[in-house]
Amino acid sequence: MSTPTLDKHSSALDAAEVTGTHLIAITLRVRRFNPEVSAEAEWVDYQIQVDPKERVLDALHKVKWEIDGSLTFRRSCAHGVCGSDAMRINGKNRLACKTLIKDVSPEKPITVEAIKGMTVLKDLVVDMDPFFQAYRDVMPFLITTGNEPTRERLQSAADRERFDDTTKCILCAACTSSCPVFWNDGQYFGPAAIVNAHRFIFDSRDEGGEQRLEILNDKDGVWRCRTTFNCTDACPRGIEVTKAIQEVKRALITRRF
Amino acid sequence: MQFHTYDTVIVGAGGAGMRAAIEATKRSRTAVLTKLYPTRSHTGAAQGGMAAALANVEEDNWEWHTFDTIKGGDYLVDQDAAEILAKEAIDAVLDLEKMGLPFNRTPEGRIDQRRFGGHTRNHGEAAVRRSCYAADRTGHMILQTLYQNCVKEGVEFFNEFYVLDQLLTEVDGVRRSAGVVAYELATGEIHVFQAKAVIYASGGTGKFFKVTSNAHTLTGDGQAAVYRRGLPLEDMEFFQFHPTGIWRMGILLTEGARGEGGILRNKDGERFMEKYAPVMKDLASRDVVSRAIYTEIREGRGCGPEGDHVYLDLTHLPPEQLDAKLPDITEFARTYLGIEPYTDPIPIQPTAHYAMGGIPTNVQGEVLSDNTTVVPGLYAAGEVACVSVHGANRLGTNSLLDINVFGRRSGIAAADYAHASDLVPLPENPTEKVEAQIERLRNSTGDERVAELRLELQECMDANVMVFRTEQTIKTAVEKIGELRERYLNVSIQDKGRRFNTDLLEAVELGNLLDLAEVMAVSALARKESRGGHYREDFPTRDDVNFMRHTMAYREVDANGAESIRLDYKPVVQTRYQPMERKY
Repeated sequence: MSTPTLDKHSSALDAAEVTGTHLIAITLRVRRFNPEVSAEAEWVDYQIQVDPKERVLDALHKVKWEIDGSLTFRRSCAHGVCGSDAMRINGKNRLACKTLIKDVSPEKPITVEAIKGMTVLKDLVVDMDPFFQAYRDVMPFLITTGNEPTRERLQSAADRERFDDTTKCILCAACTSSCPVFWNDGQYFGPAAIVNAHRFIFDSRDEGGEQRLEILNDKDGVWRCRTTFNCTDACPRGIEVTKAIQEVKRALITRRF
Repeated sequence: MQFHTYDTVIVGAGGAGMRAAIEATKRSRTAVLTKLYPTRSHTGAAQGGMAAALANVEEDNWEWHTFDTIKGGDYLVDQDAAEILAKEAIDAVLDLEKMGLPFNRTPEGRIDQRRFGGHTRNHGEAAVRRSCYAADRTGHMILQTLYQNCVKEGVEFFNEFYVLDQLLTEVDGVRRSAGVVAYELATGEIHVFQAKAVIYASGGTGKFFKVTSNAHTLTGDGQAAVYRRGLPLEDMEFFQFHPTGIWRMGILLTEGARGEGGILRNKDGERFMEKYAPVMKDLASRDVVSRAIYTEIREGRGCGPEGDHVYLDLTHLPPEQLDAKLPDITEFARTYLGIEPYTDPIPIQPTAHYAMGGIPTNVQGEVLSDNTTVVPGLYAAGEVACVSVHGANRLGTNSLLDINVFGRRSGIAAADYAHASDLVPLPENPTEKVEAQIERLRNSTGDERVAELRLELQECMDANVMVFRTEQTIKTAVEKIGELRERYLNVSIQDKGRRFNTDLLEAVELGNLLDLAEVMAVSALARKESRGGHYREDFPTRDDVNFMRHTMAYREVDANGAESIRLDYKPVVQTRYQPMERKY
């Protein structure tokens, strides 16, 4: 039985429990584009009052709900698990729902634009179909042969741990759209597809590793990676993306995985 | 307008929709319509686990699970359905493992299991380890695994297609499902999908509350589509408030945190659940814990400057255990509250979480048009449906189970039905209603704003029909919702375009929320008892004589076009368990 912790209230907890929200004025600078209106994209500034502890997504909602309903972006869960709202915030790929205003220098204009390397359809909405096609191309599903066991397949905790990091992917495209190779050549599979191939290649239950490695041995496969680590920096789930890509490269050479 | 024909159309691509799609695609020409991309669905936000009496770590069996489910639902559960749920749970988990789901493992390499609220050994003796899990991201893993298997099976998805209407045609005096009408977000085009069978798997309706764990997109679209066509909604007054949402934000912190040993404390540091549930303590059922939290707050033992929350204390658990078993929720506390759960307790409050009620179905997923009659060709599964396996209060880990068991069942049943049936002729002018709805919203010059009405609705629901309800608060809600529905007629939108018009869709979603909020409040007003998630301070006990029955709410329209809600009731299916007083 534990002892209550309340006598040692930390300053962080005190700060978290402050209720009187103090609002600050910010400028949200959004890259707007709507081909129904104009062929050119433009930056539009919105002056709004926000609580610095709120999310960038809350600020976007504030604009949409109170100033301009035509501002368009995707969002759903609003806490970083669905992967809908990857965007470039102050030039870095992040999820708008996992980025707090106070952490993006609110004293200066906060810039928000669509993720790069993908066709912008309207404002912050990009065409995700090529991204999901690259994902589908690496056969992102368990491949097994022979008869299925009656009960579960056994897997040791260590074998399960081997691919744990890459199971966290939410397919938000923050990594792929931060990759300079991908910006220059949309044919490259991109980090997210390789992450999802890794998730199966290193799963002890899977028997499709060789097939996937051959797919990634392609000229648009893993060898295009220049290890700039943009993908690792961009991943909102903290996946070591570049490391995963390196492990796939190594597996291609050693054929051991 | 575009026209499509399929054997089976599935509305929604969360867990239930994709589990159904895997079965239906093997057996029939199937299309899945989703207003998001499949992997954005809110199944992915579920954390703690999926219940199944695998008995991998201790003695357990599906009969105990059945009993816990029925008791957890405060005896409003249909017992035949609960038995199917608990029995088929074992294969449902094993199926997912074979599809590739990376469950946490025991030292022997089997699927690991942990404790969860309301799940007990031998009918309430003590907590049992029944929840099969993958850290605190079990829902994410289920969603990803099902999507992966949809890719494998070549399931055909229509992403960002928004179903707005259910088409019914009367043939030989029987109303049958003829298909659905959908709106394509990218283009603003209307599509008619004629299909032999339609399965709704479109999820919940939690966005009519302000403090909620639900996604922005959970607006009851499927429930509203069938309700507006005169089909009933069952037990809508029963809504679950999850005890541990992040204070004021509502973001879910899994019950698995308490399953791992986490403790709820009031401002005096007291483990208050000992007073309310001496045996199960922090792992009593969710309705019991949520009421206890609000009782503490009301009696002045809440935490913080305004005493409006309590703490979830994990500080006594080893950091390695938190990292391994609860990595996501501890990160939520760091990201959104700026606190370190290793050393600080987490401020929490109950958060609107799950609709126990929904579209009534039988155990094959077939939708009912009254207490017994099936609507041929129409199916529903998951949170949108009411089988009813959750009764008045769902047990944690039973929803990830529900979507797999009844998603699979409805997928098979719908595809088999489609095989044996012909297309039903579409009604004349099938898109008329949807086109009128969209044109009205697009052309309206009224002065009401969607965001403002939605906020007023959410604040009204939080204040009046949450954990504690009385005749007076519910009446206040009914009145306010009526006023908002009037004002909704004057809603206008700013985006008049066709391309990705989310402004328009938010207006449509608000209309759905308003209709469903009204059904909920009217159903709650009539239920003059307390049972599970529905707690009436003016009727604080369960009344099995008058209310051991499901509510069935129908939309009625009189000759002048005036709408009203008619309530009827449906008997509860009881097999082997007699109602008892519910203690934890």
